[in-house]
Amino acid sequence: MHIVVPVKLVPDLVEELVMDESGAALDASAVRLVLSEFDDHAIEQAILLKERSGGQVTVVAPAVEGADEVLYTAAAKGADRLVRLTNDFERGMNNHGLARALAEVLKTLQPDLVLTGVQAHDDLDGSLGPLLAEYCGMPYVGYVAGLALAEGKAVARKEYPGGLAAEMEITLPAVLGIQAAERPPRYVAVSKVRQAMKTATIAETRVAGLEPGGGPAITRLFLPEAGRQAVMIEGSVEEIAARLVAIFKELGLL
Amino acid sequence: MNPDVLVLVEHLRGEVADISYVMLAAARALARGTGGRVIALLLGHQAQELARDLAADHVWYLDHPALAEFTSDAYQRALTPLLREQRPRAALLGDTSIGAEVAGVLSARLDWPLVSRCRSVGADDGRLRFTSQICGGKVMAEGDLPGPTALVAMVPGGFRPDAGRSQQPPPVTPMEAPALEGLRVSLRRYIEPEAGDVDIAKEPLLVAVGRGIQNQDNLGLAEDLAAVLGAVVCGSRPVVDQGWLPTTRLVGRSGKRVRPKVYLALGISGAPEHVEAITDSEAIIAVNTDPAAPIFAVARYGAVADMLDLLPALTAQVQQAKGG
Repeated sequence: MHIVVPVKLVPDLVEELVMDESGAALDASAVRLVLSEFDDHAIEQAILLKERSGGQVTVVAPAVEGADEVLYTAAAKGADRLVRLTNDFERGMNNHGLARALAEVLKTLQPDLVLTGVQAHDDLDGSLGPLLAEYCGMPYVGYVAGLALAEGKAVARKEYPGGLAAEMEITLPAVLGIQAAERPPRYVAVSKVRQAMKTATIAETRVAGLEPGGGPAITRLFLPEAGRQAVMIEGSVEEIAARLVAIFKELGLL
Repeated sequence: MNPDVLVLVEHLRGEVADISYVMLAAARALARGTGGRVIALLLGHQAQELARDLAADHVWYLDHPALAEFTSDAYQRALTPLLREQRPRAALLGDTSIGAEVAGVLSARLDWPLVSRCRSVGADDGRLRFTSQICGGKVMAEGDLPGPTALVAMVPGGFRPDAGRSQQPPPVTPMEAPALEGLRVSLRRYIEPEAGDVDIAKEPLLVAVGRGIQNQDNLGLAEDLAAVLGAVVCGSRPVVDQGWLPTTRLVGRSGKRVRPKVYLALGISGAPEHVEAITDSEAIIAVNTDPAAPIFAVARYGAVADMLDLLPALTAQVQQAKGG
C-alpha cells in the first residue's frame, strides 16, 4: 500500500495579514507560511494507516519557504519518502495549477491512496483533492474523519452536518479529503526533526506549468471590518468581567 | 451563450438543506444580470416532492435509483452530460460536504473555472461579481465571475434562505438520467449522531471554547463559569479534534447548529465553518486575544483579552452577583 500525501503551505493566520500594493494579493514578504492544518491531519491519518497495516507513506510539498521543515517533520513522524516540487512558486499558484502538476508526479509515484486535507483556508478555486482526483481519473470523497482499508477498497466515515456521518465505500486508487485524523496529529520533538534532517533525503521533482487557468482573478482583497457590529469592551480583566456581568444582567441571565 | 443560472439542490435524507435556498436567492441575483432563468437541478429517487418550495423558474428533476442517496461519483456522472449540453452562465453548488465534492471534479472534467468559498454574487453594470471569504474569514476576495461558464461553490451568510423559498410550487420537468453503472463510490450506511448527555442545539446558554483554551486542563475554568451561569460547555473543531470535548458538544459545519439566547465565544477566532452554525444566536459575546478575529464581526459584545485570564475573574464576579 503506497499512500501519497500532497500538502500545501498557507499563510499563518496568527500573523497580521497585509495587502500588497496591488490590493489584490497578500503581501508575500509579510506572510509566514505554515502547513495547512487539514494537511497535518492527512499526514497523521496516513501514518496511522501505515502503523496499522504497513505500507509506505510519501509526502509531497511545493518548494516554498518552510517546505523542507514540513517534509522533515513528516519524516520524523514516520513518512518514508519526501518529495519537493520545484518551479517558480513565488509567482503564486492556484489549486488547479498545483493539481495538474501533481497529477504528473502521481503517474510516477503510482499511489494506491492519496490523502489531502479536505480544504486549506486560502482555497479560492476549490480544494486540491477533487481537482487532483479528476486529473488522475480517480474517485474522490471528502470530509473524511475515520478510514479503514480492505481488499482494494477504502471505507471512509464521511461527515455531514449535525453530527450525521455516512460510511462510504470507495474503489482504490482514490483521493480522499481528510477533515480530521482518527487521532490528533502527533507532536514530534525538535530533536527528532533535526535527526530526520540528517538521515532523511528529499527528492526533487521539477514540475511544469502551474498555469493559473481554472480559478478566478481577484480584483480586490480586503479585511472585513472586525468589530463592525460588536460593542467592544475595554479595560483590565476585572473591568471586562464587571461589564460582562452587567451585560448578563441586562440579558436576563442573572 | 445560455444566460441561465443553474443551482444543484442539496438534500439529505428527505430534507432540502438551507444552502439550497441560499443558492436560489444568489442565482436570482445573477439571473437579473444575465437575463436568464433560475433553474434548480434536483437529483434523487422518488424525491420530486422536494421541489415544492424551491424559488426557481424551473426544476429539472433527474430520477435514478443510484441517486437515492448522495454519492460523489453518481452525482458527477449525472451532472456532466447535462452541464456540457447546457453551458449555463453559472452553476451554483454548495461549498459543503455534498457540493464541494462535486464542484472540483466538474471543474476539472469540463474545464470550467471554479470560484469557491463564495459568500455573495451580484450583477453590477452588466458585470457579474463575486465575493469570497478566505483565510478563516479574515479576508474577503472580490472579482468578476469568470466565463463563459463558471462553477460557483457557495457558503451561507450572503443571502437569507427565506429569499430562496417560494409559496408557489415551481414547474418540474423530469429529465432522463444517464446510465450510472460501475460506480466507484457507494454508500454503505448512515451513522446516526451520538446522543449526548445534553443537546446543545436546545440549550439557551452556551459557554463555547476554541483554540484559546490551549490545553485540556484549562477546560475546568470554562466548566466553572458554566456551572455558576447554569450554562453548558461546547466547543469549536480544534477542541473536539483534540478529544477534549465529545463530538456531541461540537458547534460548526459538521457539528450542531445552535440558537441559544446567549453564546459566549471564548478563544474562538470565528472561522466561517463555525460562524455559520451560530448566527441564529440571540446574542454572541466574544473574547479573543486577536483584535482582527472574525468572530467580532458577528458578536454583539466583544473584548480583546486572554480567555484564560478572564475566566477566573468572570466566574468570581458572577458568583458574587448571584450571592448578592
